[in-house]
Amino acid sequence: MKRLLFLMSLYLFSPLCIAAGESKPLDSVYVNLSDKASMQRGARLFVNYCLPCHSAAYMRYNRMAEDLDISEQVLKENLLFASDKVGDLMTTNMSAKDGKKWFGVQPPDLTLVAKVRKPDWIYTYLRSFYMDENSPSGWNNTLFENVAMPHILYGLQGNQRLAGTDPETGKPEFTLVSEGSLTPEEYDATVRDLINFLVYLSEPVRLKRHSIGVFVILFLLVFMILAYLLKKEYWKDVH
Amino acid sequence: MIDDRVDKGRRRFLTAVTSGVGVVGGAFAATPFVLSMTPSERAKAAGAPVEIDISKLQPGQMLKEIWRGNPVWVISRTPQMLESLKTVEGELQDPASEKSVQPDYAKNEYRSKKPEILVLVGICTHLGCSPVQKFAVGPDSGISDDWPGGFFCPCHGSKFDLAGRVYSNVPAPTNMVVPPYKFVNDTLLLIGVEEEAA
Amino acid sequence: MSKFMSWVDERFPATKVWEEHLAKYYAPKNFNFWYYFGSLAIVVLVIQILTGIFLTIHYKPDSELAFASVEYIMRDVPWGWLIRYMHTTGASAFFIIVYLHMFRALLYGSHRNPRELIWLIGCVIYVALMAESFMGYLLPWGNMSYWGAQVIISLFTAIPLIGEGLAEWIRGDFVVSDATLNRFFAFHVILIPLILVALVFLHIVALHKVGSNNPDGIEIKKNKDTNGIPVDGIPFHPYYSVKDLVGVVFFLILFALVIFFMPEFFGVFLEKDNFAPANPLQTPEDIVPLWYFTPYYSILRANTVNFFWIDAKLWGVIFMGLAIALFFVLPWLDRSPVKSIRYRGWQYKFWLTLFVISFVVLGYLGFKNPDHVDLFLFKNVVWAQVFTITYFLFFFLMPFYSRSEKTKPEPERVSFK
Repeated sequence: MKRLLFLMSLYLFSPLCIAAGESKPLDSVYVNLSDKASMQRGARLFVNYCLPCHSAAYMRYNRMAEDLDISEQVLKENLLFASDKVGDLMTTNMSAKDGKKWFGVQPPDLTLVAKVRKPDWIYTYLRSFYMDENSPSGWNNTLFENVAMPHILYGLQGNQRLAGTDPETGKPEFTLVSEGSLTPEEYDATVRDLINFLVYLSEPVRLKRHSIGVFVILFLLVFMILAYLLKKEYWKDVH
Repeated sequence: MIDDRVDKGRRRFLTAVTSGVGVVGGAFAATPFVLSMTPSERAKAAGAPVEIDISKLQPGQMLKEIWRGNPVWVISRTPQMLESLKTVEGELQDPASEKSVQPDYAKNEYRSKKPEILVLVGICTHLGCSPVQKFAVGPDSGISDDWPGGFFCPCHGSKFDLAGRVYSNVPAPTNMVVPPYKFVNDTLLLIGVEEEAA
Repeated sequence: MSKFMSWVDERFPATKVWEEHLAKYYAPKNFNFWYYFGSLAIVVLVIQILTGIFLTIHYKPDSELAFASVEYIMRDVPWGWLIRYMHTTGASAFFIIVYLHMFRALLYGSHRNPRELIWLIGCVIYVALMAESFMGYLLPWGNMSYWGAQVIISLFTAIPLIGEGLAEWIRGDFVVSDATLNRFFAFHVILIPLILVALVFLHIVALHKVGSNNPDGIEIKKNKDTNGIPVDGIPFHPYYSVKDLVGVVFFLILFALVIFFMPEFFGVFLEKDNFAPANPLQTPEDIVPLWYFTPYYSILRANTVNFFWIDAKLWGVIFMGLAIALFFVLPWLDRSPVKSIRYRGWQYKFWLTLFVISFVVLGYLGFKNPDHVDLFLFKNVVWAQVFTITYFLFFFLMPFYSRSEKTKPEPERVSFK
């Protein structure tokens, strides 16, 4: 009973809890699902950096290759783990138990992450890691405080420290202490490639849903004109 | 209420056109529902080509693997086994595999690419049971004293020779199916892929 | 053909049914925009049943497999995404149509004598539809599904003495679990659809017994010609079948727009938290019921004080139940001598407008944090309390304002306006 009362109160007053976690300012990212080159680069990043720990367990490699114009050869040589077949789901090699042991939580599946978290959130998140000696992983994140995930892309971005907060926008400011292999502009573009891919990944059919929709609606418009003429014709009888 | 000024021709025409377009629309709408019952991507992935390592397959032995949910057999035939294929030809229904299913490269006396390596879908062409191997020759086989070795289907007694060819006077109508396959190298077989397509 | 039909008619009343309910069912000739929603509701019911059957072919009612099987439908099943989007959009469309259909009754007095039974059956359909959508919402086993079910079932614990046991009985477990999912699946795909179809059948049988109302709220059967046909009536088929066809196609265009271009409908038809699998450790940050329940949700949480030895939680549940139950007695609350709003006085127009505003604002507030200020001056919870009161006043004061208001005389014949 107590537990249920607690749940009840959680329900009734849950919106109060959000008040504490006021949403933080996000940087916006331009998502373009017709930019296949960007999504291809994003796919490669995803497989190399994300897939070792996270899964995309509802997605098949060959579907990705087909939609993004990746040849089977490239898929096999660059994107597949040795043991995987082209039609396999994009599961991770790390077991849930290991994930829990190493990070304290099991890294979530990323198939639908662009639907759960919005693209702007992920974009900001991946650019908001900073060095923090008090954190077990050595990194922390201004958008997702005390996140268990280490800064997996630090080799590309370099390491940054938290310098302060912009008083006007409320956004955090960082200073780069060691350089990565990419310039800050290149890094932002690279994260955008990844976001493009994640948005595609969250709903692969979006690429063709719109074109089918145009056809369906045009057909229905023609049908409606005919139905309307038919109605007009019959209703001449009604005075 | 319907007075004489009504243009019946126009009314009939509009009814016919609207019904026609409606039927076409109905067919469009039905298509996704019908297609949703065809094999899904998961089913297709399960039906993807299967690799079989035959490096450890000794002559006279047989390997089994699953391909598209069916058993696939790889048999390494000894020279004696290949010899027996010629002797049984008179007792077979379809010795030249005219009525049977196999890729063109397996439509020969051995029903295989390399004479010694036979690849078969291990399903009886009668009603879909999987025959058992009866490689032993003569009385040891438990089939007949002059049995030259082959396969025997326990369901309805169909008999096949060592190339999967069906004997006369048994229920199965055709030889066992040879699936498309190719040799990736000497010891690696890929089942489910045509030579050209791969 | 006629020989074949007479063969059939000797054994089954095919021609009789066709004539009674379509070719010789005389409907008033002055139906306007508001009269499309009955046939649209049937169209959506058919869409939901058809798409539902095809989803059932691929869906797995198992807490370990359910979420993945929905993504399997979205990705691996050919056209599965379309069938699922039709079903999710159809659920919301159903409620939009039903709300407009009910509003039509309030406008033209379609719920009043002699059509009280049609209205009562319709109210039961509405409640059954709520149960249907609530149970269906658990099936994807997303995090919002899980916590939504947890919370709504917990409402029953507010009932004194038996509440706790009742909630456990509904769940089949001490928490929402696989057992709950499995039984909700059974109810969602067979029990309630059967009830719904039966109720819709009764709804139409009752309607065809008394005949349709119309925007003038007068009875066309009082004015018949020498053949016994109402002079203001026209056969449903072909006149209303072709007219409704236009309405149906127009609806399908809007329906397709949502399905193909905005199936999530800004996170209202498909909520973002439901793209994550059920997680008993983490309630979604902004837990909100589906949009068609938000007015009642606002009423539920508008009550924040304990009085008369009953705590706020139970009052909230009582008021929420009452908000729905009052629809059932509406035909007997209304004492006006006329049915249609066209001939009513200003009081009914005022109260009906206030009721619609209350319903919409309560629905809006259901999405919002009660402690925030989203309208003006006062916190959301205060506005929810204000509009809960006006919502109830519409019903409670109806016997008085509907009787005392000055009405206009009804016409003899129906009119097009």
